[in-house]
Amino acid sequence: MTRAITVSGLCKSFGRTRALDGLDLDVETGEVHGFLGPNGAGKSTTIRVLLGLLRADAGAAQVLGRDPWTDAVEVHRRLAYVPGDVTLWRNLSGGEVIDLYARLRGGVDRRRRDELIERFELDPTKKGRTYSKGNRQKVALVAAFASDVDLLILDEPTSGLDPLMEAVFRRCVEEERDRGRTVLLSSHVLREVEELCDRVSIIRKGRTVESGTLAELRHLTRTSVTAELAGPPDGLSRLPGVHDLDVRGRRVRLQVDTDKLDAVLRSLNASGVRSLTSTPPTLEELFLRHYQDEVTPR
Amino acid sequence: MTATGLAARPAAPRRPAGPRRLAGTGTLLRLALRRDRVMIPVWVAVTALMVLSMPNTLNTLYGTAAERAQLRAQMAANSSLRALVGPVFDDSLGALTAWRVGVYAGALAAVTGLLVVVRHTRDEEESGRQELLSSGMVGRRAPLTAALLAAAVANTALAVLIAAGLAGRGAAGAVAFGLAVGGTGMVFATLAAVAAQLTESARLARGLTAGVLGAAFVLRAAGDSATNDGSSPLTWLSPLGWLENVRPFAGERWWVLLLPAAATTVQAGLAYGLAGRRDLGMSFLPTRPGPAEGRLAGAGALAWRLQRGSVLGWSTGFLLAGVVYGGMTDGAVDLVGDNERARQIFERMGGHAGLTDAFLSSMAGMLGLVASLYVVSSVLRLHGEETSGRAEPVLACAVGRLRWAAGHLAIAFGGTVWLMLLAAAGLSLGYGERPGALVAACLVQVPAAWVIGGAAVLLYGVLPRLTTAAWGVACGVLLLGWVGPSLNLPQTVLDLSPYGHLPKLPGGELTWGPVLALTAIAAALVTAGLAGLRRRDVVA
Repeated sequence: MTRAITVSGLCKSFGRTRALDGLDLDVETGEVHGFLGPNGAGKSTTIRVLLGLLRADAGAAQVLGRDPWTDAVEVHRRLAYVPGDVTLWRNLSGGEVIDLYARLRGGVDRRRRDELIERFELDPTKKGRTYSKGNRQKVALVAAFASDVDLLILDEPTSGLDPLMEAVFRRCVEEERDRGRTVLLSSHVLREVEELCDRVSIIRKGRTVESGTLAELRHLTRTSVTAELAGPPDGLSRLPGVHDLDVRGRRVRLQVDTDKLDAVLRSLNASGVRSLTSTPPTLEELFLRHYQDEVTPR
Repeated sequence: MTATGLAARPAAPRRPAGPRRLAGTGTLLRLALRRDRVMIPVWVAVTALMVLSMPNTLNTLYGTAAERAQLRAQMAANSSLRALVGPVFDDSLGALTAWRVGVYAGALAAVTGLLVVVRHTRDEEESGRQELLSSGMVGRRAPLTAALLAAAVANTALAVLIAAGLAGRGAAGAVAFGLAVGGTGMVFATLAAVAAQLTESARLARGLTAGVLGAAFVLRAAGDSATNDGSSPLTWLSPLGWLENVRPFAGERWWVLLLPAAATTVQAGLAYGLAGRRDLGMSFLPTRPGPAEGRLAGAGALAWRLQRGSVLGWSTGFLLAGVVYGGMTDGAVDLVGDNERARQIFERMGGHAGLTDAFLSSMAGMLGLVASLYVVSSVLRLHGEETSGRAEPVLACAVGRLRWAAGHLAIAFGGTVWLMLLAAAGLSLGYGERPGALVAACLVQVPAAWVIGGAAVLLYGVLPRLTTAAWGVACGVLLLGWVGPSLNLPQTVLDLSPYGHLPKLPGGELTWGPVLALTAIAAALVTAGLAGLRRRDVVA
């Protein structure tokens, strides 16, 4: 399978600020790829390089098998982009803007356009200046989903959408994947990423810090365990991979590195287990750990 | 001055309860003045300079009492020139200054007032900034009050500068003139405040007020061409007519100042009344819905859709200006022909041969200079689209940067030709003869305007941060063209302007060398600018 996006060692500086510092990113064709990172990590800069709007200082980027800087127009013919903050022309109606974008991408699927307008509950006759933030976002989303393209690049696309519309958005992304399209989704809504993405890349300070499927990433992280025991716990604190141990009488709470879970369970069993809950790490915990590294080094 | 009374109703003493509708006015006023710390001083200084430099200019042109008396007599007999500048009420230098620049200073003050008020009322609501401000301790009437006070500050400063600067020519006249100009500014500031309540978009509010200003100019012009003493009812319908009827330095008629004061008070009251009856961000003229489906076929069509309104506005202006200048040609030639120094200046500005040719040539040249403002504003649409973030999604479609830019540039450079053709049509209509020669005279201006447009493209493509410096280039060329000839500047300085190299038509010889050279320079500038645009990052 060819990759939809390959990026290696990408660097980009603005004056003295180093926005990208050797970033790597691989997006397989047909997958929904989550692109995560704290504010200012370089997500939007990466996307703008992928769109050929910025020229990288160093490193290589390929989008749909081409160089996005030299072959911008050919690349753009096959992709649709939704920015996180959509600005519309004040005196053009939403419908006009949707059709314009679709035409500039080389074709609109009329039936799908009308269906999407219906699903997103958008009034296409309103002028650009009268739309709320969420509705401006819908205009760009409808234009993107209605376009006949192979790759969708979505930069925090759901900012300003209500939960119902977020659900519509998620269904649309799933439909796109079912049609074999590739989606690069930059988002801070972790539930959305967990639900939609096949693989994720987490970046920090212009570098990729983690990349893989959610299962792979979870493996690297901790499971939280809460247990009610029959007798007093014994020796838990000496086990490797146990963190944040909190014992109150016979109630035990702890975090354990997922690959050391077995030893912990055996130790708990030795004291007799009355009840046990174990939660796999959420993406949020994963995320927080990478985000907070600076504050609390591992 | 006249205006301050209306808006500056002092804030009610602080009471613990009650609506406190003016709460926060002081803070908002400081915010407005801080945001306008460049714009207001520049407008005020330019307007004041225009007024205060006029006595000297007039003194060089009409140095003796006899010359000034002759000028007055000629104006009394020349209705087309009176339409342009109004009647002369007295032949002292002070009165002539008020005559020559009064209407224009008033118009500039009006533009300042309307820009300031709309910027701090409807603009703030439209952008959503007002919502955040008004969520603080800000009374319902505070935003409008702060905007009107900011306009009052600007107009008071202008009135004081004019009164102080002209005091040497008669204190009463200077004060009356300052009040008349500042009062006109406040009439349009409060009118803009009303418009800002009516429309949902700031642009439309500015457009409506500017439209009324244009109508005021036309009414006054019509009235003044009909009568020689400003007594026509048409003149009295126009705030600009009130200004001239104050008659500074010519037996001031103080009571006339009551008219702008009354208009200001009534309009401010109306604006407050309307503002109290609507919600934040709402308007009395709601936006109409647009089509649900679009027919814009591509980047070029989008560029035309975005620029067509302003092209239409410029077209109207060029055609009308052509008709007006063409129509006053004969009258102006009669007047200038009797004054040796004025004739010299006209000949330096324009051609050599007959005075008619010189006049027509300098009018074509003037419109050509103004066309450079059009071409810059049109080229800078690219910059506006890019910095607002609207260009980014378009460029993320299958649209190359050059194709995206080409649409706007075709309108900018092609539009220049179109405007000069309209100017030629207008001049021919007004003058009634020699359409062929006038088309040549106007079209020959195009390469010079293109060079300025090319400079704007170069700045935009290569130094995007400095794009707005293109306005500086255009204004520099404008100043060289308008003021240069009467300042006795050395030829090397005058040669900096591309317009200085153009053949003087009609009357002069059509030399192709400079025309082709300027066209080539413009093409080179555009090419270099586009090459830069292709290579650089898109500005976020």
